[in-house]
Amino acid sequence: MGEHRVSNNIRVLRFHNDEMTQQELAEKVGVTRQTIVAIEKGKYSPSLELAFRMARVFDTPLEEVFSFNEEPKKK
Amino acid sequence: MYYQEKKSIVNIISTLLVYGIYYWIVYQEYGDRVMSPDEELQYWGKTMLLIIPIAIASKIVIHIIFSITNRLVTSERQPCFEDERDKIIALTSTRNAFMVFGFGFLGALGVIAYGMPMRSMFIFMIVAGVLSDVFDNLSQLYFHRKGI
Repeated sequence: MGEHRVSNNIRVLRFHNDEMTQQELAEKVGVTRQTIVAIEKGKYSPSLELAFRMARVFDTPLEEVFSFNEEPKKK
Repeated sequence: MYYQEKKSIVNIISTLLVYGIYYWIVYQEYGDRVMSPDEELQYWGKTMLLIIPIAIASKIVIHIIFSITNRLVTSERQPCFEDERDKIIALTSTRNAFMVFGFGFLGALGVIAYGMPMRSMFIFMIVAGVLSDVFDNLSQLYFHRKGI
């Protein structure tokens, strides 16, 4: 639970997409706002399908939304 | 605090209240009665069967009251669907609950193996059932707060 190797730029990407709210993003990818909050905070690693849906919403490659760190990020 | 977290806390309290009150009433009525083994089996069968509809009905009522109160106080809407994270949390919590009940069931068998009264075995199983329900909701609360 405490360690996640996947980090993300969702907050920045939301800001650059007309300051999209977490609720708007949640509706576009079909999850609850709580899940977006958890992903942004690094408390949940999304499924591959959800990750692709998010990348599609931001119209950007997956690697720009999520990145994989070799060293686990300690919470 | 999010809706799911509050729901888990309400579920824990309602489980403890409903089962606690029910078994307290049952104990007040039948606790000291001397019964034959057949009568005792029938008594425990009835007691455990009756709690199922009572628990379901009570939880529905408590859930409705909680949803209305939460909506009025916080204006927060109840999530209308379960997404992938909710499902993973629910599955992992159910697994934890089954483990707790499994240990309780083994304990109940152990009680019989050590020659203790039949009543002790049923009490052990009921406590294991309640604890597994509480553990299910505690796990959900933990995973919603700390992540999964």
